[in-house]
Amino acid sequence: MLAADPLFFRGLSLAVVVIVIVKVLIVFVVGLVATMFMVWFERKIISGMQNRVGPNKAGPWGLLQTLADGIKLFFKEDLVPERADSFVFKLAPFLAFVPAFLVWCVIPLGGDFSNGRGGLVTIAGHRTLVQLADPPIGILLVLMLSSIAVYGIMLAGWSSGSKYPLLGSVRASAQMVSYEAALGLSIGSVLLVAGTLSTNGIVIAQNTISRWHIIATGVVPFVIFVIAGTAELNRPPFDLVEAESELVSGFNTEYSSLRFALFYLAEFMNTVTMSAIIVTLFLGGPQPITIGDTTLNLHLGPFSGTVWFLLKLFIFLYMYVWLRATLPRLRYDQLMNLGWKVLIPIALGWFMLLAALRVARDEGWNRVVVGVVCAVVLAFSYLLLTAAVRTSSKNREKEGAMF
Amino acid sequence: MSQLLRSYLTVAMFGAIGVLLAALLLAISALVRPNRPNADKSKVYESGVDPIGDGWSQSQIRYYVFALLFVIFDVETVFIFPWATQLERYAGFGLLEMGIFVFVLLLGLVYAWRKGVLRWV
Repeated sequence: MLAADPLFFRGLSLAVVVIVIVKVLIVFVVGLVATMFMVWFERKIISGMQNRVGPNKAGPWGLLQTLADGIKLFFKEDLVPERADSFVFKLAPFLAFVPAFLVWCVIPLGGDFSNGRGGLVTIAGHRTLVQLADPPIGILLVLMLSSIAVYGIMLAGWSSGSKYPLLGSVRASAQMVSYEAALGLSIGSVLLVAGTLSTNGIVIAQNTISRWHIIATGVVPFVIFVIAGTAELNRPPFDLVEAESELVSGFNTEYSSLRFALFYLAEFMNTVTMSAIIVTLFLGGPQPITIGDTTLNLHLGPFSGTVWFLLKLFIFLYMYVWLRATLPRLRYDQLMNLGWKVLIPIALGWFMLLAALRVARDEGWNRVVVGVVCAVVLAFSYLLLTAAVRTSSKNREKEGAMF
Repeated sequence: MSQLLRSYLTVAMFGAIGVLLAALLLAISALVRPNRPNADKSKVYESGVDPIGDGWSQSQIRYYVFALLFVIFDVETVFIFPWATQLERYAGFGLLEMGIFVFVLLLGLVYAWRKGVLRWV
């Protein structure tokens, strides 16, 4: 595979190859360690919030708990139900795990973005990004991978030949595709402002805090993205897929041993990568906090980008755990209503509004007129949407829905 | 061209590493884990009682309708993304075009809503 790389056709120094290999290894290790850490982090924080001790036996503060669990799963018998479609059953964990793993390669993990350096750092005389690959369609790649992950869950449930997994997987697929629409549309707003699909380009565009996309796109796409992202991860309060009280363990009920571990790893890896995507898209990735001309300097040299990235990442990792500890699970009709009747119209409307504002600015249209028109459209759509949602829930009651 | 392909190849190589890692883990596990199958173990789980009927039961058509609706919005995303990155180039005309496009799609959503397919009972 290395020989097929056009990189190797023209004269190429060993250093570049070594840098690529080192980058692959680093991202690989970071990905796995971050996932294992996240499992521990979630259990520890949740137990703190519930007045329990949590894992504390394996290693200092129970840090090695995940490793211990993993080792235990190695020694467990691997069962394939007699009714299962054996090939698909064995394929599904790969379809869940590999996309989750692959997202890591387009996320900027650090780098020097000061003075227009664009995230390039110099290692042994070669300038390189602290990011495995920077394809021009980085964000599309992320969306594509999250679509493939749906297959993993869908096929896992279907191929088990069992009732609970089947129910869990159709639920999961419907939920994930519903929220993926809202997710894609809120990314659209970011692209309007950034003007590029490359993840590195998106980070470069956010060089001061007022140009962080959370502010530049007006908070709404950020909120939609976080909600839709949580639903996409099947995490509480959107964890209807594995609602233990109804579906046992959802799509992975029939899985055991290491195949189960792969699903479990993928789930937590997705949580970490989703947080990393939020940071990249909306919070400037590895960019330091810059207000006007003053930059908050951490004095860590080449590592400051990575440290900023991790600090921002932690906020979201904590948020996901906090959400899980705090919110009760949604009902399925509430979930679908939120996705289709609230998030998608708002995301679409906000996207068009933002586009109109930016075109108006570029073309030099009359600001007052544009402002008034936008305000009127916004107010009208808001009233229309709330009226529609209210009517539909009233109709629901009239028909005597059970809950 | 080669620069473009290079990043995709890196992605593909990383993907291959992911597949290999998963396969390696499964292979190691296959060496060390016990394997004593019996008829009861290979039954599917149904809360501890013997499974009744076929596992592949019918599921509601509603899930399918949502998947269809999703296709519409996903295709929309495909059209919206390139335009969003090239907003300046198409300016007012592009905005109008996209406005019409989005309006038509919203009509589709409103139609689905009015038809009651978005209602989950």
